[in-house]
Amino acid sequence: MSEKPRGERKFKYVGTRPIRHDGLDKVTGRAQFGADYALPGMLWGKVLRSPHAHARIRGIDVSAALALDGVKAVITGRDFPDVASEAAEGGEGANDFGDLAMNVMAREKALYHGHAVAAVAATTARIAEEACKRIVVDYEVLKPVLSLDEALAPDAPILHEDARATGHEPLPKGPSNVASRRELGRGDLAKGFADADVIVERDFRTPMVHQGYIEPHAVLARTGQDGRSVVWCCTQGPFMVRAFSAKVLGLSTDMIKVIPTEIGGGFGGKTTVYGEPLAILLSRKAGRPVKLVMSREEVFRATGPTSGTHIRVKMGATRDGKLTAAEATLYYEAGAFKGSPVNAAMMTVFAPYKLANVRIEGWDIVLNKPKVAAYRAPGAPMAALVVETVMDELAEKLGLDPIDLRLENAVHEGVQATYGPKFRAIGFVETLRAAKSHPHYKAPLGKNQGRGVACGFWFNAGMSSSANVSINEDGSAVVVTGNPDIGGSRASLALMAAEELGIPVENVRPVVADTEAIGYTDLTGGSRVTFATGMAVIEAARDVIKQLRARAAQIWSVELGSVAWEDGHALLLTEAPGVHEPLSLAQLAGRAAQTGGPIVGRAALNARGAGPGFATHICDVEVDRETGAVTVLRYTAVQDAGKAIHPSYVEGQMQGGVAQGIGWALNEEYVFDKNGAMENAGFLDYRMPVASDLPMIDTVIVEVPNPMHPYGVRGVGETPIVPPLAAVANAVQHAAGVKLAELPISPPRLLEAIDRAS
Amino acid sequence: MKIHVHTRVNGEATEFLCAADRSLLEVLRDELALTGTKEGCSTGDCGACSVMLDGRLVCACLVLAPEAEGRSIETIEGVAKGADIHVLQRKFLEHAALQCGICTPGFIIAAKALLERNPDPSEEETRYWLAGNLCRCTGYDKIIHAVLDAAADLRGETR
Repeated sequence: MSEKPRGERKFKYVGTRPIRHDGLDKVTGRAQFGADYALPGMLWGKVLRSPHAHARIRGIDVSAALALDGVKAVITGRDFPDVASEAAEGGEGANDFGDLAMNVMAREKALYHGHAVAAVAATTARIAEEACKRIVVDYEVLKPVLSLDEALAPDAPILHEDARATGHEPLPKGPSNVASRRELGRGDLAKGFADADVIVERDFRTPMVHQGYIEPHAVLARTGQDGRSVVWCCTQGPFMVRAFSAKVLGLSTDMIKVIPTEIGGGFGGKTTVYGEPLAILLSRKAGRPVKLVMSREEVFRATGPTSGTHIRVKMGATRDGKLTAAEATLYYEAGAFKGSPVNAAMMTVFAPYKLANVRIEGWDIVLNKPKVAAYRAPGAPMAALVVETVMDELAEKLGLDPIDLRLENAVHEGVQATYGPKFRAIGFVETLRAAKSHPHYKAPLGKNQGRGVACGFWFNAGMSSSANVSINEDGSAVVVTGNPDIGGSRASLALMAAEELGIPVENVRPVVADTEAIGYTDLTGGSRVTFATGMAVIEAARDVIKQLRARAAQIWSVELGSVAWEDGHALLLTEAPGVHEPLSLAQLAGRAAQTGGPIVGRAALNARGAGPGFATHICDVEVDRETGAVTVLRYTAVQDAGKAIHPSYVEGQMQGGVAQGIGWALNEEYVFDKNGAMENAGFLDYRMPVASDLPMIDTVIVEVPNPMHPYGVRGVGETPIVPPLAAVANAVQHAAGVKLAELPISPPRLLEAIDRAS
Repeated sequence: MKIHVHTRVNGEATEFLCAADRSLLEVLRDELALTGTKEGCSTGDCGACSVMLDGRLVCACLVLAPEAEGRSIETIEGVAKGADIHVLQRKFLEHAALQCGICTPGFIIAAKALLERNPDPSEEETRYWLAGNLCRCTGYDKIIHAVLDAAADLRGETR
């Protein structure tokens, strides 16, 4: 089977928009999500959480809880083994198993308001709640550290006395709240700025924000007398849950089987464990299944938001718009344990631009807030906010069109990225050109209206995936993979199998398997599934095709080399006319037993060469100068998808990322009281965009094939959240004639900026 | 002390026992195994638990289960009639108006309530009617298109 030259391949199924295979179950209420499972004899779990943001735990008395009728098990930090510090692979972002163990259940110290300190399993949820109230925790309340400035102050309370800062000198000597300080750069910064005709510098602060998935974390765990556990949970990574839970509980991997349920959103927030090890341990202790479902309030207080930040960016350009130097200092809140996405932010901050002279400094800071988790392009949106507002101001000062300034400096194939590697084929310039020629860009604006442009970059990930493709007796097919379908991946994987096999996508059944039914597969994250697991599916389908060709060769008594596969049929390549009619997949499947048995293809790979994603967004807003309210009037997102396998779900990723970005820009923030308790831990006060807040979100998919994928696919899920913060901020700045320095651009904050400007 | 409640769920006479403080959402999900109605917040802010109570759109999390006495409840499980799915369900599929799907049952119940009241809603009316239903995946674009298209279909027009 020969690979047709890239770009010339004609697709039959890829690029069409079939109805997703899991769709019917999801519109009829049949699909089972995390909290939808129940078992006979099931107990209800409940977690007791710290009411203090920073406290030493002197003792925990659970006797009154255990005495309550219906309580079957109580666990505290004492029930968990000590777990040594060790880098945790298989999640998303920087995690450490020692920290993870302490995050799921506090030991000596409670490090944020909402930190788990005990958990109960009881016959009803009400009894479990009552039991939690009867647990007596003896706290020595400590002063909390609630901001980056407080964390870095010389007399700051220290979260982790034993920890020492790592990275590049100068580093704090002795205990501090600095987890790491790193530098990245090249060229001669001083010379670069000396060569500049214009220099712009901006300083921005952004608050913690939450992924905001609608489904709270939920887990059901059952443990047998042999100590083996089966876990049903809504996660982006069943293999991650297995590995992380085993590590936290000191178990071997084979003791835990994870069955991924349907997942009600994640956006990175379900790439680590919270309740899973607790439910397993409770079920071991109680000898009965335990279901643990978080409330929305718990989701806000105790699961991963993304970092609050303080970012300074300085960039210089010549009169004709050529960037000469760029400098960034990034402070990222990690929450209670090290591991903010600052390293990714350092790598992405200037990635879209050709820059010879760069210096980037990144700080990872711990404070008494929930430990951050991955959130869609972790670390990149806030960094892009500052760079893209600086680019906007540079364009203004230079009298250049903001897209032209970016075109002048845009990276393309062969350019060495500021974070190291040389770019292969990428579509950044194409997104800029498509944005510039879009009718939106030339549409007139009214009074108090403004237009913002911003760009974004994300690496995208490859990593490990397994896939099995088996052929049914009638020639239909089953595709088995290990990635929970968070946004239509079953459809995209089935489309790729259909394309290879040459059968209608409706005859391909995509299945998400548990951890014992498919080979190891990294989690659904990093925009990797359609790229990497798709690559595994294509390879597994090609394995099937090779077997089918062999069966045909056997039937025709010819060499394998003289049998080709085209459009769902085996063809004989020899000249002999009319000897053998082509054999269809169904015909070959029907003769499988006689020709050697079932036909099953497999692939297991570590996908390399995830093509970076670039996007250019245009946003129009109107500002109410009386109230400070901002209305998004029009939004257009342009993005390079490499090859859109199912264009509807590519558009959906773009639109969803834009909506989250608009919420981040205008409304969303964690508000803490002076003791470190989150004051807005609910959807009423943590205000995510609703339908009436948004316009239609126009999308333009650009396709510059990724040379490292058989169909040219590059990930699309994360890039769309990178530009909106800046696109909105730039639009507001133009509409209101202000300079912004903080997110969210809430009415009071914008009014203040308007007052300052006038 | 539990209360014996008599109700109709999706057209069928249904009885259940519940404590006075149980929400309709808890009973639907945990007692009647109707898990198509989802829990996103339990404070009436996300709309994932939207159901019809005597023809009125409510959040099941804000209704006490004993309040269902003598009343009629429609959940997502009752929207498709036998082998036929509702035009809204079909349009959600055709427009790819769901990604993770957790909010979808609530949106379909809420959109159905809209179209029963207003067969020809504008985009703005649709957006405001659905403002009580949170979706974090789609940015609402394809949901609004699906609902407007379903409305047109129900009116016998093509959009």
